[in-house]
Amino acid sequence: MPVIDLMSGFVVELRRAGLPVSLTENLDAMEAVKVIPIEDREAFKYALGATLVKNSSHWRVFETIFEVYFSLRGSQYNIVDPSEDQADEFWRDEQDDAQLGKGEGKGAGGGGLEALTPEELANMLMRALMQGDQAMMRALARQSVARFAGMEPGRPVGGTYYLYRTLRNLDLDNMLAKLLEANKASTQRESTSLEQRLAKDEYEMRIEQFKKEVEAEIRRRLVADRGAEAMAKTLRKPLPEDVEFMHASREEMQSLKKALFPLTRKLAARLARKRRHGRKGPLDFRNTVRHSLSYGGVPAEPKFKYPRPAKPELMVVADISGSVAAFARFTLMLVYAIQSQFSKVRSFVFIDGIDEVTKHFRATEDIQEAIHKVNTEADVVWVDGHSDYGHAFEVFWERYGKDINPKTTVLLLGDARNNYHASQSWVVKEMRKHARHVYWLNPEPRSYWNTGDSIVGEYGGNTDGVYECRNLRQLEGFVEKLV
Amino acid sequence: MMSSAFTTVAQVRDGLKKINYLADDGIAGVVYLAQRLGKPVLIEGPAGTGKTQLAKSVAELTGARLIRLQCYEGLDESKALYEWNYKKQLLRIQADKKSDSWSEVHDDIFSDEFLLTRPLLEAISAPDPVVLLIDEVDRVEVETEALLLEVLSEYQVSIPELGTITAKQIPMVFLTSNNTRELSEALKRRCLYLHVDYPDMEREKEIVLAKVPDISANLADQSARIVRSIRQLDLKKAPSVSETLDWARTLILLGVDHIDAQQAKETLHVLLKYQTDIAKAAKELSVDE
Repeated sequence: MPVIDLMSGFVVELRRAGLPVSLTENLDAMEAVKVIPIEDREAFKYALGATLVKNSSHWRVFETIFEVYFSLRGSQYNIVDPSEDQADEFWRDEQDDAQLGKGEGKGAGGGGLEALTPEELANMLMRALMQGDQAMMRALARQSVARFAGMEPGRPVGGTYYLYRTLRNLDLDNMLAKLLEANKASTQRESTSLEQRLAKDEYEMRIEQFKKEVEAEIRRRLVADRGAEAMAKTLRKPLPEDVEFMHASREEMQSLKKALFPLTRKLAARLARKRRHGRKGPLDFRNTVRHSLSYGGVPAEPKFKYPRPAKPELMVVADISGSVAAFARFTLMLVYAIQSQFSKVRSFVFIDGIDEVTKHFRATEDIQEAIHKVNTEADVVWVDGHSDYGHAFEVFWERYGKDINPKTTVLLLGDARNNYHASQSWVVKEMRKHARHVYWLNPEPRSYWNTGDSIVGEYGGNTDGVYECRNLRQLEGFVEKLV
Repeated sequence: MMSSAFTTVAQVRDGLKKINYLADDGIAGVVYLAQRLGKPVLIEGPAGTGKTQLAKSVAELTGARLIRLQCYEGLDESKALYEWNYKKQLLRIQADKKSDSWSEVHDDIFSDEFLLTRPLLEAISAPDPVVLLIDEVDRVEVETEALLLEVLSEYQVSIPELGTITAKQIPMVFLTSNNTRELSEALKRRCLYLHVDYPDMEREKEIVLAKVPDISANLADQSARIVRSIRQLDLKKAPSVSETLDWARTLILLGVDHIDAQQAKETLHVLLKYQTDIAKAAKELSVDE
């Protein structure tokens, strides 16, 4: 049965993408496939998802791979649900013909679309978006891809290129403004600002949906051309917790941000639990004697002291120059999200000058806003705005060095790319003398350390440990160790 | 009727709709699958999206009895599985001290009569169809989770003095989690996983229409739209479905028929529970000229 073959390839690809699919889960999926027919695509997808994906942040990756492996099922086996998707299948046929170069119109509606000028097409798209006409939007997405993407079999170009070409031709950037204008014109009276805002959200969502349709269509065609396995390989993306801070795209940043919040919540819960269920301490003599009174003076019920480990004070000193800014941001967010685990948190940011930013975090509960303030208001430039760890550390020591005491843990964040300035690593040495611990977190892969102008070794030798923190997973691991 | 009546996904969806639970494809699909494969469902998602309600609705739909185990920190065997009725056992021993031999008494006091069933055992031993809801399973400690494993995979409970009690019929099991900690792999592996997120605008509108009596289509539409816009903001706690419903009811009570920015602003505290969130949403919604 072809579905079974497809399934095994599919599961292998899921594992390659980093999803932990166990053997039993694989077997469950096979069972599920027997019960839910592949014809019901949505239900089929959710059936596979329910058996194979046990973490909601992995769903996106699963969905992409699912699309790649099963998007062609419909047309190839001609099992598109006719009641719902007639237009769909119809258009697919239409385009397959067009691709083969014998694109004469078959039916009335189809021929119509095929013969449209670009302007008319744009108008139709606008109308479809106005009315939120799903079927029409889908058909138009197919049509635009066929027309504008310029896809040729075997051409070694990524899907993003085709997407870009299609969307540029459709001029989607101006579409929103046009839609809003049309909306204004259609309502008689002056609409309130609230209504305008709602309309904008609605149209934005529809345009986004249309973009997704286009993307799906391109993907479908690429899969048909190259085969599912090759396509899955090019589309393979890291899971949110494995995305590298230093190379994250904007979209990945978003998903990172989303992943961060539940992560901090879990981390905080775990740490609080750990603290409470710590090992029992030494015998509490006083308490034992007190309880022995109820047994006639026999110490039948020994009582123990519960260790109350002091919460550490934390000082975060972060480089926020361009290359490592994202990393600093995430670490600060994580630290402040679990700040109840520390008795005190102070934060400092630097590029070549250094500034304390604790007050920004204290002023507001909203971490995002605080980060924004840090980025805009902190005074971190001294000469030219290129990282100078040496100078920043020197000033830090001068101004705040006296605040470091044996309860303090100092975190230094940065890639230690010092632009060949003086390292002033004696500051780190001094810190270590006074503080409980000094740790260095480096967002660069270990193999890059101490290459070029990176002098992490020079600083690191004076700390209690240098840790590689390229992604959320590593950062989380470190923070858990820290508390 | 019996739960084995489901034959298609659509049937589940329509059935749930009749009792005012509007399921999307994912939810209906997983419920159907759970019933066909006889596997428990682990439901995760933000608070107030109808996770617990799903279990209740499925129970109502299938005409089964709902047995609920509310999890909390410190939950143990004696609260989840079974407990010997110690006091009754003592009474039994004292009642006729002379007559019985020790072995007889021993056999007697470890029998069904002295067993207090707790939710898990009750669900297993029930003769009638039941739906077992294990609510907020993320609140128990990792060690306690292991208690559930035997029940969830084999549908049986082992009692040392009595032997193994196996289910007479396989109950539908729903576990809900608010995701405050990572559940163990062992537990996840035994379950079907369902992530229930905030519904999309259309579905939320229908939910409002179904759950709030006397609401006009216009108002439902508008409130669903506003909630969607608010959810897109970067908030500490996005409004849940139950909060949307509360808000819609508030608007009805206030006699509002058409929401304008002012009214939205004044009633935001029903939707949002943090001052910073309220301020942010108010700012976003009013767009003062």
